[in-house]
Amino acid sequence: MTGVKGMEAVKQDEWQVVCTRDDLVANSGVCALVAGEQVAIYYLPDTDRQVYALGNRDPIGKANVMSRGIVGDLGGKLVVASPLYKQHFELETGACLEEEGVFLPRFDAQLDGELVHIKVAG
Amino acid sequence: MSTRKILVVGNGMVGHHFVESLVGLNTADEITVIGEEPRPAYDRVHLSEIFSGREPADLALATRETYQSWGVKAHFGDPVQRIERTRREVVTQGGRRFAYDKLVLATGSFPFVPPVKGADDKRCLAYRTIDDLGHIKATAKDSEIGVVVGGGLLGLECANALRNLGLKTHVVEFAPGLMGVQLDEGGSKMLRRKIEALGVSVHTGKNTQQIVQDEATALRMDFADDSALGTDMIVFSAGIRPRDQLARESELAVGERGGIVVDYKCKTSDSDIFAIGECALFGGRIYGLVAPGYRMAEVVANQLAGQVDATFQGADMSTKLKLLGVDVGSIGDAHGRTEGSISYVFSDERAEVYKRIVTSGDGKTLLGAVLVGDCEDYDTLLQYFLNGIELPDEPESLIVPAAGDKPLLGAAALPMTATVCSCHNVTKGCVIEAIDGGCCSLGDVKSETKASTGCGGCAAMLKNVVETELSARGVVVDKSLCEHFPYTRQELFHLAQVGEVKTFQHMLNQHGKGRGCDICKPAVASIMASLWNDHVLELPHVGLQDTNDTFLANMQKDGTYSIVPRIAGGEITPEKLIVLGEVAKEYGLYTKITGGQRIDLFGARQNQLPDIWRKLVDAGFETGHAYGKSLRTVKSCVGSTWCRYGVQDSVGMAIRLENRYKGLRSPHKLKSAVSGCTRECAEAQSKDFGVIATENGWNLYLCGNGGMKPRHADLFATDLDDDTLIKYIDRFLMFYVRTADRLQRTSVWMDNLEGGLDYLREVIIDDSLGICAELEQQMAAVVGTYQCEWTTTINDPEKLKRFRQFVNCDDEDSGVVFVQERGQIRPARAEEKIRLVASSK
Repeated sequence: MTGVKGMEAVKQDEWQVVCTRDDLVANSGVCALVAGEQVAIYYLPDTDRQVYALGNRDPIGKANVMSRGIVGDLGGKLVVASPLYKQHFELETGACLEEEGVFLPRFDAQLDGELVHIKVAG
Repeated sequence: MSTRKILVVGNGMVGHHFVESLVGLNTADEITVIGEEPRPAYDRVHLSEIFSGREPADLALATRETYQSWGVKAHFGDPVQRIERTRREVVTQGGRRFAYDKLVLATGSFPFVPPVKGADDKRCLAYRTIDDLGHIKATAKDSEIGVVVGGGLLGLECANALRNLGLKTHVVEFAPGLMGVQLDEGGSKMLRRKIEALGVSVHTGKNTQQIVQDEATALRMDFADDSALGTDMIVFSAGIRPRDQLARESELAVGERGGIVVDYKCKTSDSDIFAIGECALFGGRIYGLVAPGYRMAEVVANQLAGQVDATFQGADMSTKLKLLGVDVGSIGDAHGRTEGSISYVFSDERAEVYKRIVTSGDGKTLLGAVLVGDCEDYDTLLQYFLNGIELPDEPESLIVPAAGDKPLLGAAALPMTATVCSCHNVTKGCVIEAIDGGCCSLGDVKSETKASTGCGGCAAMLKNVVETELSARGVVVDKSLCEHFPYTRQELFHLAQVGEVKTFQHMLNQHGKGRGCDICKPAVASIMASLWNDHVLELPHVGLQDTNDTFLANMQKDGTYSIVPRIAGGEITPEKLIVLGEVAKEYGLYTKITGGQRIDLFGARQNQLPDIWRKLVDAGFETGHAYGKSLRTVKSCVGSTWCRYGVQDSVGMAIRLENRYKGLRSPHKLKSAVSGCTRECAEAQSKDFGVIATENGWNLYLCGNGGMKPRHADLFATDLDDDTLIKYIDRFLMFYVRTADRLQRTSVWMDNLEGGLDYLREVIIDDSLGICAELEQQMAAVVGTYQCEWTTTINDPEKLKRFRQFVNCDDEDSGVVFVQERGQIRPARAEEKIRLVASSK
């Protein structure tokens, strides 16, 4: 396993190295545990930002499954579909397309060389 | 006030339709039915199909249970002997008495047997009931030659039956031409030519004088013109006569040539007695087709429900049918007898097609038509006729084979009153009402309105109306898979096959746009798998799968997975059973027996799946594909090996089938079953493909479904040997895989298939599209490249990477919490979780 381990004593509002590019799956998602929080990380190599991070908990299905959804686009927006009941959430904002006012928490994410950085807000 | 007693005498198609209509109107009457035949109503129109393998039970319109569930009392096999009008009672042959407030006579008709000397020989038969068919079948066994007397619609139906029984078949007709009622001379001649080409000898203008015993053949028919014809059996089908005996004896008014006289309310001369169907004489005419009979039944039912203005106005006798495989259509004034009418005739003797239209003198109104050999124009012509739509300037353009631009009568041009389905009297207005009520597809409309479920002749017209109407509302008749691909699944399948497209990206670049979505990605992945059968977790395919396919297990509501190893045919050794128990115990899984004779293990976390499967694979298990749109199980009963009644080894066949088709990716899941005898313990008729053993082999049933919308499978072929059975299933499955829409089960696919079961038989048995070799080859490729996805996965570190719960640590998902119930785990409910988490802090 190539995951970067031993993430303790995390400070708030801080960029953290979570894993490497090799841990990601292109055009799909994986999950990381960051400061006790489950974060779904999506890797779309041919987009500008390349990596996107949202909360892993499906607020409608109420289970930690969002990293296991199918990634794609709808009406020009990048989205992930919940594997439970198939609602779509925007990768950029976390907004649910089908149900107004429902959001996934979003996290800043970036790829720096081979390292995946996530910023955990306080 | 006591409940009104409605008594129905006769349980043919029309009698049954009356009961069904009245029950549907919820009148709270006490309804009693008395049928002469020992069985409830059946579909007489398709009687001859019994000779091509259909079971009598398949023709049933109702069962005793149907009536029971409607609260209708039904008595069969004890016919009514007389009506006592003054007491308002009827008396059966067995002496039973039934009182009525309203009596409905639906006694039907009997076959007319000309008064010819010798016609009472035991080898002279009639063609009307299921029992008649039994006699015909029995007599045919020691016959080589068969004669049908009567060249009308029923006579030719019957000739087809004799031909199917392997007899050298003759048709003898008194009139100068075949189907004289429906066809003009030209049409009649063309029909004769086509029928003779099929090996049926036609003798017209023959007046039979006597039937005598003969030496060379069993019987000899002597005709008035001194000619003679030797034969082994004779079936009379020379028209029908109304069964009006009961009415006659109770002194109701009857016609000079028979038939119970009724008015436009279908009332007889006694206002408490109605007559409907072929026993009724309306306007001096007997209506010998089922559709007018149904109309009469509805008129009476509506009146009894208080709609006093329901009336019968006569009925259109236009008809379209296939006789001995020949398309024949007749509309309105087929003979051009209307004064001042003019005709346009098209005849092509090489293609053996004859068409004629009869129009008003000014050429603006269609009065009638005859079509032989090609009925493609029938639906359009019928609409012009029924609705008085003005004809185009050159009416002949409607029947002349077009050089491309035949004026089409679009569904939009039809008035709301236009009848689309005459069997069930469904108008364009009814179809639109159904769509207003929420129907969004052809299949929906069919099950809602019953349109196109009778003779099926209106299938193309109905499809046209539904699609036009849906697109007019902007409903997605746009058959695009999704916003990324402007194609149907079927089209994409074809594009992928022809272009040898092997990845989603390639497909998107060539035929789509954007990045794809959760609709098209799995659909294309499934097509790729059907065509090329790569492992679903190979890199190019991995992001395309639904989570179930990605993790090769079924996600449950709490994000954990269930595991279903394959247990082919439901047969399992004690050793393997113990392994399942041990694995479940070790990982604390909830175990349950599935409906498909397997064992489901619930509550596995994604990171546990590879370990669990390593143990299962070591013990000889394979993946069960419960997660895929693919073959699930082939259920079986224990069959001839153990069962006292079994006639074939159903377990053996089920295992063979399951192992053959396991892993086949399809538009939706596939289920199957094999029963070892006709008791059908494996419930094969509720499956996508079901097999039932017979003394001589296997009967194959297709396109059944349980679930939300149950559908009985259709009997497709009978008495097949093992290899033919598998050949047909190979072809069927591949044809379905190729042509179905995304997530379309075989049942819905069949309901939307133009031409239905007959078409499917033509494609699969007769190879009418010339694709059977290709279908078989494709199946052979899939079968040959089968791999157990789990065996491959646990041996590939790259594939295993995906099963980590978190990429950066070995923690487990704290959101997964179980509690105990009945000695096993189950997911904790929300309030239980809060309690449990709080108490652990």
